[in-house]
Amino acid sequence: MTAVVSPAPIAASRGLDPRAISSIEAILIPVGALVASAILFSVFLLALGKSPLTFFSLVWTGGFGSAFSIQNSLQRAAPLILTGLAFAIPARIGLTLLGAEGALVLGGFSAAAVAIPLVTFGFPAFIGLPLMALAAMLAGGVWIGLAGWLRHYRGVNETISSLLLGYIAIAIMNFFVEGLLRDPASANKPSTMPMGDAYRVGSIPGTSVHWGLAAGLILAVVLYILMTRTTFGFAARMTGGNVRAAKAQGLPVGFLVVTCCAIAGACAGLAGFYEIAAIHGQANASLVAGYGFTGILVAFLARQNPLAIIPVAIMFGALDAAGGLVQRRMAMPDATVLVLQGIIFVVLLVSETFYGRIPFLQPRKTGDRT
Amino acid sequence: MNAVTPIAPAAALSGPALQTVGMTKVFGGFTALDDLSIDVKAGSFHALLGENGAGKSTLVKCIMGFYTPTKGSVLLDGQEKTIRSPRDARDLGIGMVYQQFTLVPCLTAAENLVISRADAPAIFDWKKEKPRLDEFMDKMPFRVRLNEQVSSLSAGEKQKLEILKLLYLEQRFMILDEPTSVLTPGEADEVLGLLGEMARRGEVTVLMISHKFREVKAFCDSFSVLRRGKLTGGGDAQAASVAEMSRMMIGDTEVRDRAERRKHNDTRAVLDLAGLCAEDSEGRTVVNALNLKVNAGEIVGIAGVSGNGQSALVELLAGQKEIKDGGIFIHGKPFEPKRKDFDRFKVFGLPEEPLKNATVPRMSVAENIAFRSYDKPPIASLGWWLPPGPMRKKAEELIDKYRVKTTSPDSPIESLSGGNVQRAVLARELSGDVDVLIVANPCFGLDFASVAEIRSQIMEQRNRGAAVLLVSEDLDEILELSDRVAVMSGGAINYVSPIDATDRNTIGQHMAGH
Repeated sequence: MTAVVSPAPIAASRGLDPRAISSIEAILIPVGALVASAILFSVFLLALGKSPLTFFSLVWTGGFGSAFSIQNSLQRAAPLILTGLAFAIPARIGLTLLGAEGALVLGGFSAAAVAIPLVTFGFPAFIGLPLMALAAMLAGGVWIGLAGWLRHYRGVNETISSLLLGYIAIAIMNFFVEGLLRDPASANKPSTMPMGDAYRVGSIPGTSVHWGLAAGLILAVVLYILMTRTTFGFAARMTGGNVRAAKAQGLPVGFLVVTCCAIAGACAGLAGFYEIAAIHGQANASLVAGYGFTGILVAFLARQNPLAIIPVAIMFGALDAAGGLVQRRMAMPDATVLVLQGIIFVVLLVSETFYGRIPFLQPRKTGDRT
Repeated sequence: MNAVTPIAPAAALSGPALQTVGMTKVFGGFTALDDLSIDVKAGSFHALLGENGAGKSTLVKCIMGFYTPTKGSVLLDGQEKTIRSPRDARDLGIGMVYQQFTLVPCLTAAENLVISRADAPAIFDWKKEKPRLDEFMDKMPFRVRLNEQVSSLSAGEKQKLEILKLLYLEQRFMILDEPTSVLTPGEADEVLGLLGEMARRGEVTVLMISHKFREVKAFCDSFSVLRRGKLTGGGDAQAASVAEMSRMMIGDTEVRDRAERRKHNDTRAVLDLAGLCAEDSEGRTVVNALNLKVNAGEIVGIAGVSGNGQSALVELLAGQKEIKDGGIFIHGKPFEPKRKDFDRFKVFGLPEEPLKNATVPRMSVAENIAFRSYDKPPIASLGWWLPPGPMRKKAEELIDKYRVKTTSPDSPIESLSGGNVQRAVLARELSGDVDVLIVANPCFGLDFASVAEIRSQIMEQRNRGAAVLLVSEDLDEILELSDRVAVMSGGAINYVSPIDATDRNTIGQHMAGH
């Protein structure tokens, strides 16, 4: 272990180590934003004549009140961890990608499509499921990797291209699900062939939460280590911070950009795999559930830190899980929770402007610019 | 003082006198200005000297109303004035020309003047404005092509336009922040000469922040020197010697002696640029079949009017720009500006504007210092694992050795002053074994002590046998450091000469394309 910070003697330093300051900010500001959002949302509830107190206590009950609701929250948090990572990793290299929804859908669809021959020819699940997961990650990775490639080599704005690629992904799934790969038995809701119970990903022992949660937790830790403790992550952060300097250091910027995007796509694709293999059992329009977009919110609130994504995703999972309860008990539409999410997002964006501006946390400059 | 002074419209058409009395500005626990009183006489051309961090910008920001001083006041023509915002300063007729241009590039010069007015109407009646502008220009000592788009004006013209703008707004007290850093020597002399004449006629009063003693001696009539927020001297700029001024500026700080130029017998060509071509983002040729050889133990200085392809050349060598045609050879072997070849051929660089080209502003000083070595032992183990310990240890060593002033190795590098950012980059690029060094405007905007130090470091590398390519817009720097000088014009080298077989005039003529 290295010694603790020893400030250079030149400036008799008062106050905190810069690393400590940025960590305090990274916690204080998002928490402040959440509190502010809760207050704004309470105003909204009061205007509707509902009690904010009831609402928040219902959210607590619905999200964490019982073993069942905790498991429900965790179940919903699983895809959010993965889609949160899908936003956070490209953000580290300076890209704003909105493509997680599309990568999730395409990943889920690919998994279901690969499952058809596997199930038909009777491959055992221990071969079939990994192949499906691989197909999902590959499809998602290629999809978002494409947005990264377009960005670096053709100068196409990655935010727009990834968003549009998302709609193309959904259209591709619909095209096959309503056509070539439609299961004739799915009359009301066009779907692919059901994979059957043998091909279902089970639950983590002792819970009703599927293995996607474990995958999310492991990936969050692995990607955190990748971005902070490896040469790859260092090079990616250099590129994200200043691409001119990265080029002047001879870094393979194109490779780094495309790889980070592909990792992101693989995360979202994997979320799609678990949606298919653990929940739906077949691909259909239910895959388009907005997890990709909520993931953006999760990553934002977590400041693009893969580890912080875990608790934030669980919080949003709980909010989602409580939606039904709120609807029943308070006679409010399901979309109420979406209003809260929207408020959080806007307040978060505003709170971004507070970094480096909290007076009592300001480090002193070592020299005034002349 | 609570007496609110009514702000009078600046009708006076002569340069006012300005004094600061007991100006003090405290940031947190740090005193940036300490009981500072300067006196700028009416119609004088006053130089404000000082190292980076001495408090020069803080002082002018207090005068301009960007900062509220903790204590002290500003007197204009002997009357105390309250300046709470830049708007107050403008109404009092105090204007400033910043280091960077504040013109709108896509508008014409005339439009830029007119929109700068505080009472600019929503719709301009050009039939009325044009004659008024012409009348104004008739009274001015210098002209700018008013109907040209600002983006097509040269740096000198833009700077003149900035000054015209102040006169147009009737701001007769002008603060200039290193106004010549973007100009060629010729343009600088012209602009400062004209301002000097206007000041002598009493039409304006000029307060100029500068690092260049030559300009101060040539054009200013009085000066003040700041060090660590205090006034350390001042007086008649013509009477004081450069040695006296620099002593006031740097105090007892020891300035590294200039490294001596050592003779070499080894004259192998190390760096060979053969027919290099490059285009800018719009597809125009900016480097056009450029040929140049740099030998071991030699500094080749590339002079040229800015915008003749020098920065594109540096970008080519740094791998920031694609090579369209031609090749780069080092020791006769083809060199590709990628990380592998940077290491193999020991190529290092000090690009211009280090915060923009050589560092990641938000990453820490330690991380920035590790850019060259993060993927090699001892910092990285196994080729990919990056424990924080070794990186920090190495950074602490280099911070100490290169005297980088930072509160901690973990501070973001953007919180450092310009000189210290450049020192951190020097620490990274020059601490190893250097065969080829590419340097671009290394001392741009730095203070006296840093400049001497950085130049002697470059000379040391030359003496150790490195081939150094120095691209600089500062002709004095090239004349001081180079063994050979090459002039770049229109994207190619049109003149090469050993330094002792040429002079400023000959170089100047080739810079102009002759």
